[in-house]
Amino acid sequence: MTSDAFDQQTNQSFPPDVIARIHQMADSGQYPIRGLGARRKVPTFDDLVFLTASVSRYPLEGYRERCETRTVLGSRHATRPITLEIPITIAGMSFGALSATAKEALGRAATAVGTSTTTGDGGMTPEERKASSLLVYQVLPSRYGFDPADLRQADAVEIVVGQGAKPGGGGMLLGQKVNARVAAMRTLPPGIDQRSASRHPDWVGPDDLRIKIEELREATEWAVPIYVKVGATRVDHDVKLAVAAGADVVVVDGMQGGTAATQDVFIEHAGIPTLPAVRMAAEALEEIGMRGEVQLVVSGGIRSGADVAKALALGADAVSMGVAALLALGCNRDSYLAANGEMINVVADYRALSTSAGHCAHCHTGRCPVGITTQDPELESRLDVARASESVANFLRATTMEVTALARACGKSDVHHLEPEDLAALTVEAAAMAKVPLAGTNWIPGWPH
Amino acid sequence: MESLSCDDLGTRAVNHRLHALTDGERVQVLHPRGRHNLAVGISRQIAVTIDGNAGYFVGGLCGSSDGSGPDIVVNGFVGWSVAENLMGGSVRVRGSASQSAGSSARGGTIVIEGDASLRAGISLKGAKLAIGGDAGAMSGFMAQSGVILIGGNAGHGLGDSLYEAVIYVAGSIASLGSDAVIEEIGDEDLRAVKELVGESGFDHIDATRVTKVVSARQLYHFSTHNHGAY
Repeated sequence: MTSDAFDQQTNQSFPPDVIARIHQMADSGQYPIRGLGARRKVPTFDDLVFLTASVSRYPLEGYRERCETRTVLGSRHATRPITLEIPITIAGMSFGALSATAKEALGRAATAVGTSTTTGDGGMTPEERKASSLLVYQVLPSRYGFDPADLRQADAVEIVVGQGAKPGGGGMLLGQKVNARVAAMRTLPPGIDQRSASRHPDWVGPDDLRIKIEELREATEWAVPIYVKVGATRVDHDVKLAVAAGADVVVVDGMQGGTAATQDVFIEHAGIPTLPAVRMAAEALEEIGMRGEVQLVVSGGIRSGADVAKALALGADAVSMGVAALLALGCNRDSYLAANGEMINVVADYRALSTSAGHCAHCHTGRCPVGITTQDPELESRLDVARASESVANFLRATTMEVTALARACGKSDVHHLEPEDLAALTVEAAAMAKVPLAGTNWIPGWPH
Repeated sequence: MESLSCDDLGTRAVNHRLHALTDGERVQVLHPRGRHNLAVGISRQIAVTIDGNAGYFVGGLCGSSDGSGPDIVVNGFVGWSVAENLMGGSVRVRGSASQSAGSSARGGTIVIEGDASLRAGISLKGAKLAIGGDAGAMSGFMAQSGVILIGGNAGHGLGDSLYEAVIYVAGSIASLGSDAVIEEIGDEDLRAVKELVGESGFDHIDATRVTKVVSARQLYHFSTHNHGAY
């Protein structure tokens, strides 16, 4: 090693990004708050591959033989379960975090492909209800804008206990995004740094949750499904307790799940990755004999048809996308299409946020260069609802076709017939977490017990 | 007046019948025996009397955003979260209430003639909550808007992390929560307290002698200098 190389060695305990973080905290007196999900490398669905058909299995013809994607959620107790045409839903994202136009665009896209979208921490907007043929109404700890009239017009109800980006923590909406409309919907003064509650105000614990679920059913005449969403931590216990409390659907959100704003320390250091979470949740349902009766929805960093197919193979009935849907809307693009058809470059706007297209997670600032995570009227006008909704619908259709391509290649006529046996792992960690064999072996680390 | 007996009907049947009633109708719910989720999700202006003790969430998710809603009276004690997320109308409890009375209620009036346990008025968003007796610890926690009137004594941590809700206490306050402060009462406060005293029938409260608790608004914006306050 030369003297220069010796001097330039990166300190593995204090690499440049850690040094920069410490400097930033020292300069500002603030801890980092940001949007989107975990940046750190964790075991993901990319660490799995499909064992598609050969001599021992035969495939279905791509583009010929039908592969079913229809997904029914909430058949346990609801008299009106939800039927999705595709096994992909849009995750809950608040009006406040997102602009009203972004919410509307997501609703239109979901409607176009026959799936559901979900409200968020700011209540239900009329635009969103009108745009979404299937709308899931969230019951969050903050109860901002919660209205029984909106509850009665929801197609499903999701009790949010936790979120993958910040399990155990409440959401944030910094003052620059709390404009008059957002403040009024949340019954808060405009401009304050809003701190959502992390715990529900009217119940604690699984026994109370059972009564809470009954209350919501009584208020909706037992018509619509009740989901319970948890951030992936103690997945086995949480899934079993949610089912015992009467949930029709359990939503498990892994640590890669996004947020509009929370502490970086939560995003990177709380919860477990989606990969082990999905298998743990599926096994929990299996153990209590509820697979098929209670549906499992998995979210947290789902980006592609491959991710969806692998989640389904590991036991999910459907997946939910948040960040990927925002990217399809135009998040992190370096330009937007103006009303006159001109592409407007916004590289300078990213630079003003000290970031760039492809790296931006500055949702918390409200200065979204492409008009998605903002309440600024000028920025919001940059999102063309019709075009953006078509982009998301395109993405969802193409993603679904990736899922069916893989399912057919595995010989499945229904994407829900994918199973763990169709998978192998590329790393020991992924093999242990997903409980599928390490590729080229029959070895599942830790199994048999 | 129509009577519905919980000895004969399940909760679902009771609520289904209540939802079917039209404005102006009156109904009595008999033998509740502490049952949960009675009289929830009613939007119409009906009068419901629950003749006995009720469990969790009685009167929850009732009323409409225009302030209208049912008038519910419970001739007994109630469990957790009575009148949670009330939008309009009124809920009166002749006895005492367990935890989180009136949580997240956005409109209407909630009257607890006895005591209220921990976290009464938590996350309140515009409703009026009048408690004749004492209120437990952490009452008014994160209350955003509305009025809480406590006719007796308040427990520890009163008004912790308050936003714009106002709390009036006739008795003593064990301690204030983070960012809660006592403020002088003015003419507007006197009017508000007298109105709520009249509405609740709490003649034992002298409106001129209540203590007013509001937010100091020091925690409205994040600052790590406040780390000891959270």
